[in-house]
Amino acid sequence: MPLTIGVPKETAAGEKRVATVPEVVEKLIKLGFTIQVEAGAGDAATVSDDAYRAAGAQIVEDTAALWSSSDIIFKVRGPSAEEVGLLREGATLVSFIWPAQNPELLEQLAARKVTVLAMDSVPRISRAQKLDALSSMANIAGYRAVIEAAHHFGRFFTGQITAAGKVPPAKVFVIGAGVAGLAAIGTASGLGAIVRANDTRPEVGDQVTSMGGEFVSVDYVEEGSGVGGYAKVMSEGFQKAQREVFAKQAKDVDIIITTALIPGKPAPKLITAEMVQSMKPGSVIVDMAAEQGGNCELTEPGTVTVKHGVTIIGYADLPSRLSKQSSTLYATNLFRLSEELCKNKDGTIDVNMDDEVIRGTTVVKDGAITWPPPAPKISAAPPPPAAKPAAAAAKSSGHGKPGAPSSTKRAAVMFGVAALFFLLIGAGAPPAFLSHFTVFVLACFVGYMVVWNVKPALHTPLMSVTNAISSIIAIGALVQIAPPMDGVALDRPDGWIRLLAILAIILATINMFGGFAVTQRMLAMFRK
Amino acid sequence: MSYSLSTASYIGATILFILCLGGLSNQETARRGNLYGMIGMTIAVLATVFGPYVAGFGGMAWVIFAMLIGASIGLYAARKVQMTQMPELVALMHSMVGLAAMLVGFANYVDPIAASHLSGAEQTIHEIEIYVGILIGAVTFSGSVIAFGKLSGKISGNPMLLPGRHWINLVGLLVVIFFGRQFVHADSIGEGMAYLIVMTVIALAFGVHMVMAIGGADMPVVVSMLNSYSGWAAAATGFMLSNDLLIVTGALVGSSGAILSYIMCEAMNRHFISVIAGGFGNSGGTPAAADGMQPAGEVVPILSPETAELLRDAKNVIIIPGYGMAVAQAQHTVYEITRFLRDKGVNVRFGIHPVAGRMPGHMNVLLAEAKVPYDIVLEMDELNDDFPKTDVAMVIGANDIVNPGAQDDPNSPIAGMPVLEAWKAKTSIVMKRSMASGYAGVDNPLFYKENNRMLFGDAKKMLDEVLAALKA
Repeated sequence: MPLTIGVPKETAAGEKRVATVPEVVEKLIKLGFTIQVEAGAGDAATVSDDAYRAAGAQIVEDTAALWSSSDIIFKVRGPSAEEVGLLREGATLVSFIWPAQNPELLEQLAARKVTVLAMDSVPRISRAQKLDALSSMANIAGYRAVIEAAHHFGRFFTGQITAAGKVPPAKVFVIGAGVAGLAAIGTASGLGAIVRANDTRPEVGDQVTSMGGEFVSVDYVEEGSGVGGYAKVMSEGFQKAQREVFAKQAKDVDIIITTALIPGKPAPKLITAEMVQSMKPGSVIVDMAAEQGGNCELTEPGTVTVKHGVTIIGYADLPSRLSKQSSTLYATNLFRLSEELCKNKDGTIDVNMDDEVIRGTTVVKDGAITWPPPAPKISAAPPPPAAKPAAAAAKSSGHGKPGAPSSTKRAAVMFGVAALFFLLIGAGAPPAFLSHFTVFVLACFVGYMVVWNVKPALHTPLMSVTNAISSIIAIGALVQIAPPMDGVALDRPDGWIRLLAILAIILATINMFGGFAVTQRMLAMFRK
Repeated sequence: MSYSLSTASYIGATILFILCLGGLSNQETARRGNLYGMIGMTIAVLATVFGPYVAGFGGMAWVIFAMLIGASIGLYAARKVQMTQMPELVALMHSMVGLAAMLVGFANYVDPIAASHLSGAEQTIHEIEIYVGILIGAVTFSGSVIAFGKLSGKISGNPMLLPGRHWINLVGLLVVIFFGRQFVHADSIGEGMAYLIVMTVIALAFGVHMVMAIGGADMPVVVSMLNSYSGWAAAATGFMLSNDLLIVTGALVGSSGAILSYIMCEAMNRHFISVIAGGFGNSGGTPAAADGMQPAGEVVPILSPETAELLRDAKNVIIIPGYGMAVAQAQHTVYEITRFLRDKGVNVRFGIHPVAGRMPGHMNVLLAEAKVPYDIVLEMDELNDDFPKTDVAMVIGANDIVNPGAQDDPNSPIAGMPVLEAWKAKTSIVMKRSMASGYAGVDNPLFYKENNRMLFGDAKKMLDEVLAALKA
């Protein structure tokens, strides 16, 4: 039986987002769901009830009726206490939950015997990127942070030389190069500012550069990457070195945007009161970690304050300030999750706990708390290790026949067989043959040694040159064409032999000249 | 020229051949290596012709006559061949060595001088040498002819799998051994000749059968294997004629070809034996994706202007060429685009999979022909880790070598084969004529990835459009 998805109006103060938009409603209906939207849910995101209706959703006036008649609830913010009370037993709730910060909410939800999927708990693996709402919200927040800063900053971002004088470009310093930080770097450099950024994870340096920023590193060796690509708490020594870098930057730059967050911990205090004091009057700090306490000591979460002539923006609702955009992206994330839940496109969902993505996202399953999930696997899996070391080992060994296994046991067997073979030959063959045989075996090894080091790029010329060399067979024909008779009178079918030999010489010579010429032609093309 | 002098010349030629192969391992020394090869060959031929082996001016005249014909045909072919036809040419040339080895073997058998001073065990060994020499020569000849047919499209590239083919091969081998025994014990040359001819026919059939059973994707390995065979044929002839130069050179070529094949098998994560046993191309008639993961998602097609847009905005681009680029002769346009982008400061590089194309190093040769500097043409291992930092990965007419299924899907027929991780780039663009699967007959999940775009059409035509859009 197709399930009903209900989208209530957000009740949190100042929340302008809505959990679905008309374009996504259409797609959800295609998956087989019935969609109900509370009247006025999209008003703050400038989506009218009529637009939802046109997309095929039913508009429900009564909040309680919507909650009680929906099998699945899509929300942005975690539910309030009243909303938890409205949830129907056995229903499924999808929203931001922040289970680490809100253990009592988790308890309340579990008591209602519902299933809860937390959009903030989507595992950070490649496959789950399309439903990673944190990333899409962080992206918006990063953009908006720069826009807010620009709004409070008294100057241009870009440097200009005008008839009225020269304008220096604004200098922006971004702390934390996660999704939000990178979005901020991109937006600020797009506006023409000089952007610098710092992050405890040195590997993001290239990403910073790719967004148009300059990476400011802290000269202190410590690996800052925690599990799942997030940052971790750094040592005291590192923090000291880091503070020095920040203090230096604070004196120089006009705008600081901080995005430093560590999962499940209060935001680290990175910008001290002295640093704020040292900044030029009119400077702006956007503290994107305000909700978790702020990266700046003087931040007042939720508001804008001016301290020591520096505007400190502590908004905790940056995505909500771009409500249309964030609603659209969030709705798409939810749709991608629905796709994962509803593989058969029949309007039913299967909360499959064997699926890594769904397992990680689910925080309450049928009234049982399933948070925290087992540790995620590292997202960027290293390339299959088995193949590479094997190839490397084979390349470096340089002993034994091609294909010799690295294990000593099989090598021993191989050498045994070879020894036996040589023994047999030595016992049975005449000396003349043996001397040729020695030459043969040695030549095989020389060929083997020489060719191991050939670059793949040269495989074709190598093949063509070995082909040319194999026309040495011409020698065989040459010695047959008119051998000295040594006075021995034998009945030799000269005519036949000569014919065969001449044919062989022609064939071998085609190969000889053709092979060398074509190799030469190919090699002439390789150039630096 | 005395016997000792000619032997000394042979040693010189041998050293030059070794230097030749060694020189070919590096671009800087490759041309010198080829020159060594030519000098070595000249010395070898001259030492033989003027040595104690050829008597009188009558013989000399015949030699000059034959070599002039061969040389003109060879040089003409080398001049005319298109770089995309290199695999065919090499295969065809192998067949000539094989045929020459056969002819020399037959001539040697009917020549009474060759065996006049031999007796007992030596006589037997000599006859075995003749027999083996002709056998290898025949297999090389017919196998190379079929390989030539397959590579030039005259014969279908699909593997021809006879029922019980391994048994057929085994029976053929037993028959060959049996006739070999009969041959050694033959009383007259006439009787021996009959056995030889029967064996030759079986060997020819075996060569045909062996290569017919090998699918198109494995052709690079086959070409290199035949290269190896042609060397062994020369070595066998050397034993037959008691000529150390032939033995050494044949063994050099033979072992280097074998190693080259092995390196390639390694690159495809395949077993050498299973490639030779054949039948990879279409293991069961149905694409094996049926029991593997079914790729899910939508294919997003784009057009050339959008491709140009993506390329223009990129900072890092990796181009992955495949056989499709060779077929469409698109390498020059690829280079035009590369040069345009590099002039704009875009970091364009080429990622070459070890088995891209139909011959090892095929792509490198084509790109070199188009004058792409070789220091931006990199091997898979050199740039595979750079994909996450790459903005656009452009796949031109390649399929299996960028199939993520090889890493993700243990049921895939190509599971475990190292592949270029194009899907890790921010955007990948796949240029293909249609959604058809590659030689391995496997569906490619890359096409369904969210960050992948498909540019359908002939590679040359599409790239011309992209270039025009870039310049506009």
